[in-house]
Amino acid sequence: MTSIGNSDARVRIGLEIHCQLTALRSKLFCTCPADYRGKEPNTNVCPVCLGMPGTLPLLNRRAIEYAMMLALVLNCKIPSRITFYRKNYFYPDLPKNFQITQYNAYEQASVGVDGVVELDDLDGSSKTIRIRRLQLEEDPGRLAYDGSIDRSNYALVDYNRAGVALVEIVSEPDFNAPNEVRLFLNRLASILEHLGICNPALEGAVRCDANVSIGEQARVEIKNINSFKDVERAVTFEITRQRSLAARGIEIRGETRHWDDARRITVQARAKEEEEDYRYFPEPDIPSIVISSKDVEAIKASMPELPHARVERFVNVYSLSRDTAKILVGEKHLADLFEASIKYYDNARSVANWIVTDLKGYLERYDDGGGDGSSSSSNSVILAKVTPKHIAELAMLVDSGKINRATARQILQRVIATGMLPSAIVQSINVDMLSNKDELASIVDKVIEEERKAFMDALSNEKALNYLLGKVMRYSNGRADPKLVLSMLKERVIGTSKTGQ
Amino acid sequence: MVSSSKIALSAYELVEEVKVGSISVEDYIASMIERIGSMDERINAYITLNDHALEEARMIDKMVKGYSNDNGSYATKSLLGVPLAVKDNISTQGIRTTCASRMLEDYVPLYDATVVKRLKGAGAIVIGKTNMDEFGMGSTTEFSAFGATHNPWVYERVAGGSSGGSAAALAACMASIALGSDTGGSVRCPASFCSIYGLKPTYGLLSRYGLISYANSLECIGLMARSVLDLALMLKVAAGSDMQNDHTSIDANSSISLDLESMNHDLKGMRFATIREIVESEGTDEPVRDSMFDALSSVERLGAVVEEVSIPSLRYALASYYTIAMAEASSNLARYDGVRYGYTAQPDGVAWNEFYSKIRSNFGSEVKRRIMLGTYVLSSGYYGRYYMKAQKARALIRDEMLKVLNHYNAIMLPTMPILPPRIGERISDPLRLYMVDICTVIANLAGIPALSIPYSMYNGLPIGVQFMARHLDEPLLLRIAYALESARGDKVRRCMI
Ligand SMILES: [Zn+2]
Repeated sequence: MTSIGNSDARVRIGLEIHCQLTALRSKLFCTCPADYRGKEPNTNVCPVCLGMPGTLPLLNRRAIEYAMMLALVLNCKIPSRITFYRKNYFYPDLPKNFQITQYNAYEQASVGVDGVVELDDLDGSSKTIRIRRLQLEEDPGRLAYDGSIDRSNYALVDYNRAGVALVEIVSEPDFNAPNEVRLFLNRLASILEHLGICNPALEGAVRCDANVSIGEQARVEIKNINSFKDVERAVTFEITRQRSLAARGIEIRGETRHWDDARRITVQARAKEEEEDYRYFPEPDIPSIVISSKDVEAIKASMPELPHARVERFVNVYSLSRDTAKILVGEKHLADLFEASIKYYDNARSVANWIVTDLKGYLERYDDGGGDGSSSSSNSVILAKVTPKHIAELAMLVDSGKINRATARQILQRVIATGMLPSAIVQSINVDMLSNKDELASIVDKVIEEERKAFMDALSNEKALNYLLGKVMRYSNGRADPKLVLSMLKERVIGTSKTGQ
Repeated sequence: MVSSSKIALSAYELVEEVKVGSISVEDYIASMIERIGSMDERINAYITLNDHALEEARMIDKMVKGYSNDNGSYATKSLLGVPLAVKDNISTQGIRTTCASRMLEDYVPLYDATVVKRLKGAGAIVIGKTNMDEFGMGSTTEFSAFGATHNPWVYERVAGGSSGGSAAALAACMASIALGSDTGGSVRCPASFCSIYGLKPTYGLLSRYGLISYANSLECIGLMARSVLDLALMLKVAAGSDMQNDHTSIDANSSISLDLESMNHDLKGMRFATIREIVESEGTDEPVRDSMFDALSSVERLGAVVEEVSIPSLRYALASYYTIAMAEASSNLARYDGVRYGYTAQPDGVAWNEFYSKIRSNFGSEVKRRIMLGTYVLSSGYYGRYYMKAQKARALIRDEMLKVLNHYNAIMLPTMPILPPRIGERISDPLRLYMVDICTVIANLAGIPALSIPYSMYNGLPIGVQFMARHLDEPLLLRIAYALESARGDKVRRCMI
């Protein structure tokens, strides 16, 4: 109970997650590129995705395959017939004023149904999250306003995104705490990356709605959460808000709230959302797709290695600790970097430690500096500069005793700044570790001279020895080999006690 | 200029003359445009003429005279120089395509429908876009924002619909071949009323890409001509898979053999079924019944056996058809909102919903009626009561039709149960208007091919007879028509010249 933080069985959280299939070349129903980012408004369009009269949707078969992969990983059942439905409503970002999506009220028609995900990372305890359905649908276009939506005199429509393939995952309200939501979303992001179907780091590639209720109180929907990172924040805020209302005896209204990522709060939706009747019916232009068990097997066979299997392999083949393996696999790019690096230097544990502690530590510090959701993309900029060869050399230089860890971390910064190889940097700044006894002896003697008292203390006190070591390191600008210095200091201490000086 | 007897040539005859150089396509098109200029003010078959038709004609003449680098590839073009009328709900690149609606009054498509592209590729020249009921919703071509089309044979009568403009253009020799669309009889009805051939192909045989959707699961592009051979020629060019544009298109070109010349003119060994519920219906006009019986004895003389069968589910046909068609229409027509193309208005200071209402008030009354009914039958809570039930009835009707076709080569029935009504006579009462589609909608519900054949005339009013066949058995329909073309004798006039 306490192990999963503030988990509270009365708190019920459900998620509705949208992931763009960014790995597809084209949109879901036409041949326009799926990559709409950074293009002039309304240039990534064609008669089909603009809904021009007489055009017909043409299903991207790979989208079905990708969605099926994800459904299988989430342990969903795949219905034997997959059918698309029209969801009818008027909104200017919808070129046809209906969205081609899926709907399970009349039949099990979506790509996946009734999945389960085991969350087993909860410090010893574990729990099951049920997945209600996984469906494939088209992304609408985007609206742009002049400033804020309330003050703008007009809205501009950009259809570049319209028709991009979107997978919607709907969970049951099985989460009891925000950190469970975070664990689940981290897991999902790693799965998406390993399947190679969605790059969650791209802006807008993953979006999330959450619903939160406490006890018998009404359910509140939170929309507009545009990164996985913010979901935990939004849910935490909402639980706190509802609890403090309850504490003051105020009834919680069932409503839709929006996540304001600038202010990090949820705010009441501008207008009360009308109860819409979407008039779902099967899309007549796309015949149902019949899925045989053979098709499912073929998809399974075509799937790349998944996070769970990869962790096992890292533990068994490279003798990594399970924790280290999990941290690597949790972010696919780190695991990939690890596997590429050990081709240059085969001390796997050493390379893994380098990535998990030093590199990741660096990235996280950088991340905290960045602060917002865009940090993961600046991380990817950093990671693009750090090649497997860099990592391998750094680990090798430390292991061979040529540099110490502190120096290596400084070198990492220079690697990121310059892209140079560590061995070259070591030479250029002459940071080879001072391991020449004669050279060191003069510094050691100088320190003993200056710190006579500390030296005498060192005869009986280990702390004083460390103090002396620190002083030697400072005089050598951190280049001294600490092991060697320590042994030299000890030598002198022992010598002094023998002669009884 | 070309003589009027030449204007009435069948397409296959015209192509022969064009290829040997005895007719200049430019002269031919010019004569036809002149004819349209003198006749169409009365008939109102066309909404828009192709400004580039003469230019395209000159190109073909050049090609034939060998002035072009195109080394005789024209010889393989089976519709070389043939003037083609295209219903105004079929997209034509660069020629406005209105669906006879104020909503699309100025809409010019960026692309050709697949079928148009294929016919043009075979040498056909789009001469113009023809009048219709707005978005195909009607059976008389009276519900047009551009005024009703008149029947060339009897001016005060309707031409039928919704492809009335195409049928009238053919009957009046203002085109040689034409495209229509058939959702519940929209090609066959005007074909019957105007005394021409109208083929609704097997669902999927002709790509729907570019056909502006009214009721996707029912409608097809249909072929219209004054002779059976022309129909065969068009079908050969237009049919075929278009999987890169239309998922509902089927790849069946190779299984369809259309060698009519080698066919016998008899129907020996054929077994046809008539449907008791239609033959005995009070809704069938006496002259129509008489003509049907006459056609029946004609096919018997040609060697066919005709028997009567019962299709009890037929009583659900109209309700099923209209429920599905209106439901699909309500969704298909949602895109006309004035944001991206078509009719628009100044949006400043107007909220979205208000803007939509303002724009969409420009639909005609019949379109509004069908959108509202379609919206209603799809509403939650009513879906099971209407739409789902209509789909179940559709499956039942299809199964019964296919069962009959297991035992018979074709089903024989009138195309329209009534003679062409007077203009204004039927449209005031929508239910009475919907009733006349009973003989045609069943082919759309079942997805099977159906052909209306001009068979007789009563007091100068054309009457057609209709055959329906198994999926992809278009060749059989053409063979029946070919045999009847000679058997019907002089009961029918081919066109107004
Ligand atoms: Zn597109």
